[in-house]
Amino acid sequence: MTIQATDPSALLGNLAEALATGAIEVVDLTHTLDQDFPVIVLPPEFGQCARFRMEEVSAYDHRGPAWKWHNFTCSEHTGTHFDAPSHWISGRDVPNGSVDEIPAERFIGPVCVIDCSDGAAADEDFELTPEIIEAWEAEHGRIPAESWVLMRTDWSKRRGAAYLNMREDGAHSPGPTPAAIRLLVDERGIRGFGTETVGTDAGQGSHYTPPYPAHFYLHGAGRYGLQCLNNLDRLPPTGAMLIATPLKIKNGTGSPLRVVALVPGRT
Amino acid sequence: MAVRTSRRMGYEGVVLAAPATTPYQRFSKETAHWWIARALRQSLQSAGLSPRDVDGFSVASFTLFPDTAVGLTQHLGLTPRWLDHIPMGGASGVVALRRAARAVQAGDADIVACVAGDTNHVDSFRRMLSSFSRFAQDASYPYGAGGPNACFALLTDHYMSAYGATREDFGRICVAQRDNALKNPHAVMKKPLTMDQYLSARMISDPIALFDCVMPVSGAEAFLVMREEDARAAGLPHAHIRGSIERHNAFPEDPIQMRGGWAMDIDELYAMADAKPDDMDLLQTYDDYPVISMMQFEDLGFCGKGEGPAFVRERDLTIAGDFPHNTSGGQLSAGQAGAAGGFIGLVEAIRQVTGAAGPTQVEGATTAMVSGFGMINYDRGVCSSAAIISGAGT
Amino acid sequence: MTDAILPPPKKDPQKRTRTQTLPSGLRSRAALGLTAAAAEGRFMLQVCGECGALQYPPRDACSTCLSTELPWRDIDPAGKLIAETTVRTSTNTYFRERTPWRVGTVRLDAGPSVMCHVHGDAPRGGRVRIINRLDKSGQGVLYALPPEGTPNMEDDPQLREITADPKFRRVLITDARSENAVALAEAFAKAGASIIFIGEPEGWRPYPHRAALDAIPNVQIVPLDVTDTASVAELAGEIGGKTDILVNNARFVRPGGIMDRGDTVFARDEMEVNYLGLIRLAQSFGPAMRGRGADGDNSAAAWVNILSVYAYSNMPAFGAFSASSAAAYSLSQCLRAEMRPGGVRVMNVYTGPTDDAWHQPLPPPKVAPAALARSIVSSLKDGLEDVFVGDVAKDLIERWRAGAKVLEREMSETDGGGA
Repeated sequence: MTIQATDPSALLGNLAEALATGAIEVVDLTHTLDQDFPVIVLPPEFGQCARFRMEEVSAYDHRGPAWKWHNFTCSEHTGTHFDAPSHWISGRDVPNGSVDEIPAERFIGPVCVIDCSDGAAADEDFELTPEIIEAWEAEHGRIPAESWVLMRTDWSKRRGAAYLNMREDGAHSPGPTPAAIRLLVDERGIRGFGTETVGTDAGQGSHYTPPYPAHFYLHGAGRYGLQCLNNLDRLPPTGAMLIATPLKIKNGTGSPLRVVALVPGRT
Repeated sequence: MAVRTSRRMGYEGVVLAAPATTPYQRFSKETAHWWIARALRQSLQSAGLSPRDVDGFSVASFTLFPDTAVGLTQHLGLTPRWLDHIPMGGASGVVALRRAARAVQAGDADIVACVAGDTNHVDSFRRMLSSFSRFAQDASYPYGAGGPNACFALLTDHYMSAYGATREDFGRICVAQRDNALKNPHAVMKKPLTMDQYLSARMISDPIALFDCVMPVSGAEAFLVMREEDARAAGLPHAHIRGSIERHNAFPEDPIQMRGGWAMDIDELYAMADAKPDDMDLLQTYDDYPVISMMQFEDLGFCGKGEGPAFVRERDLTIAGDFPHNTSGGQLSAGQAGAAGGFIGLVEAIRQVTGAAGPTQVEGATTAMVSGFGMINYDRGVCSSAAIISGAGT
Repeated sequence: MTDAILPPPKKDPQKRTRTQTLPSGLRSRAALGLTAAAAEGRFMLQVCGECGALQYPPRDACSTCLSTELPWRDIDPAGKLIAETTVRTSTNTYFRERTPWRVGTVRLDAGPSVMCHVHGDAPRGGRVRIINRLDKSGQGVLYALPPEGTPNMEDDPQLREITADPKFRRVLITDARSENAVALAEAFAKAGASIIFIGEPEGWRPYPHRAALDAIPNVQIVPLDVTDTASVAELAGEIGGKTDILVNNARFVRPGGIMDRGDTVFARDEMEVNYLGLIRLAQSFGPAMRGRGADGDNSAAAWVNILSVYAYSNMPAFGAFSASSAAAYSLSQCLRAEMRPGGVRVMNVYTGPTDDAWHQPLPPPKVAPAALARSIVSSLKDGLEDVFVGDVAKDLIERWRAGAKVLEREMSETDGGGA
């Protein structure tokens, strides 16, 4: 099926029809917000990312006879979440750097998925390098400006302690090298970068120069981060549309997400 | 304390009359007010008096709450000019007598009705024990909540090891009283008791066994105190008060109770009555447990300290015996009707010395000693009292 | 000699769990002095401040000189059992269910005679020593022990009623990640606990002593995070009915007071763990424990809170943490009142600085995990309610009792090294 309409309402009509028929599928890229879902761990003298917590307020009982509801608490950076530029010191002066200021159209865009799953399976400190990106482009074409780039590692299939993979020398999980991020940001002009791990940077990302290069370069250039993504194995390398809309938190540096992708159906 | 040199005034001109006992019941749905009213009415009727004739009223009861003697006046329609409430349990009979006698002697009242009574509901004994006194609440009830059984078990245990008493010695007191009770139609216990039965009864709180314990019942006792001339004018049988004593918290330094307050005052009692132990035709002791009767034999001068066991082996404590003791069966066999247990011996003694005891009458009895003992405030009985009374014939 | 208790049989699922009945808890205000002393396991009586006469039972005026100045003093516990009885019937249901029950009269060498519970091994007519402990109603009672230890002495059924001996009991220790966890588990294993559940928060990140914990006999590591209501409720659903002793070991400690911190992040964490954690545990585990206070030899027996002694008086260097400890302390008093109908003791163990990462810069003395664990187990065996571990805690509570306001000023001078 090809979409040829150019009239915007017809386009949307076609989209609705494609969604209804399954010609376009919606893939949920979100982990469940669960009390046991890992969060990033900093040295304990720093304040920590709040774990997701939920308290029942009533459940059709003496506390509220006809209704059930919960209060929940968490960090802006708990679970599958969005990093805004203001999250990092390099992005502190970026215009529209907090989630409430980001124009809504930036939340929807095309997505390229670089499959690093074999490499990550072999090496828990697997690095996304410019060479890998260029090799991907050789196969799928140049990464378009303003697209999302997701690093697929299948890390989201890990459970429990294997997810953070903390050891005495810190976490061990794959991520981009400083050069790879500079390539994506400076030369390709991507909108944002996403991973299946707890951060956009590698577990050992503090040992790069600069430390945490993905955070440093993405946010310094006003770009966005997505982390703790799920189901990246269900996305095509190109051709999908990502929808990631953070909560409109005043001066928020990020937000838990329900992030989905529109992908061509199997038909 | 200075030694007292002045002699106490006697009780000349004052007499005891109209003894009344309501038949006891094990449990009752009625109140203490009901039981007290019954005994008061019985006493007044036997004296040919109406409630309006009573101008003095003395009450002893544990189960009147929330009332006291005050509430009873309105409840029973009495308008006394002299009112007393005696919270002394087993010592209350003789104490009521002492106070009423002085009131009549002084003219503060003409006729004082002394009444003691309590009801026994199914759970009232437990309730009473748990808040009997502050020291009991704080320092004895939390320890097994055995109540008086446990307290007297400790006293009995100590007495046995100190003086070599055996359970059989205490059994002699209980068996003799049961024998007496069989002659008392109102006694709660109606079956004979043998020494074998006594010794083989189940333990309640070692060494206290079933027949060492009184049975809490409902009941009331009453008598009148009045001028002798009024008793004579009315033709009432009456008894004279020859002497009396009371004492509270005697010998507090004794590590455990081995003697009661009688030991402090007994010489004065005999001197006041101008009598000696041998002059007594019968003895009514406070007998909630046999060990305390045995202590009274000693402290009242019938034998020396520690000689109680030998005494009971040598004497016959039945009505027909050489030492008639607790002739109605006492509390051990007639039942303990709360504060009326402090009256039972005195009321029976009035009947005995006036020749009105009927089936329990000791032949030719004219002089009796009555002793009271009350209030296990913590580990021992605090109140003790005793009186010697004689029939009008002496 | 006392018979050793045997491992309790598995529970008969067809039998109703016995409801806890209690000995009488009515006391005069003066008698509560005995209870206060019993909470710390001290045998104290009133001594006249003017004539020095020893008083018993507790009273409001000296029975020798009528002075109303009657302070409580530690008393020589030696005495002689001069009379005894075995209560076989009682008007009180608690004792009725537990007869025969031995009580006696002990003449203290110090003077007065006291009525007391008597251990089965105390020799008839012989020398004894008196201890003052809390009974199931949470009131102080006197108890005569043989002068020396005897075999299986702690298994005497009357004694076991006033202690919370871990022997054959099932223990839940919260926070496997805490530096105390290994020492606590080892101490309970040594004391004969039949199962030692260790609650592990955040199993998704490692901690150094997990293998050591796992190697201790009878230890079972179970998921539990006191900041997560669902996790607490889930574990209580699984093991709440066989938790006999709960050791609330989770503590969130960070240095800092109010202004130097500049935010409420750690303060919230402190309240989440130290205060709300206690509420969550109590709401989930409390009802089942309260319902099992009389459930045989492995009945629910005790709830242990490990609290900072700075609950009593704030140490500004750990000012916000002190405040959360004060909140937990206050809550523990509420928990005590709520647990009391079940006869389950709430024992607070107050410690000064512990020998761990958060108190690393502080000078000694500090409480080592092993010392804390030993104290907790021995205090459970003793049946205590308030325990002050280590020199700092003992010193602080003495100062607090001498004058809380004076101590407050003293505390503001400390550098975190203890009062």
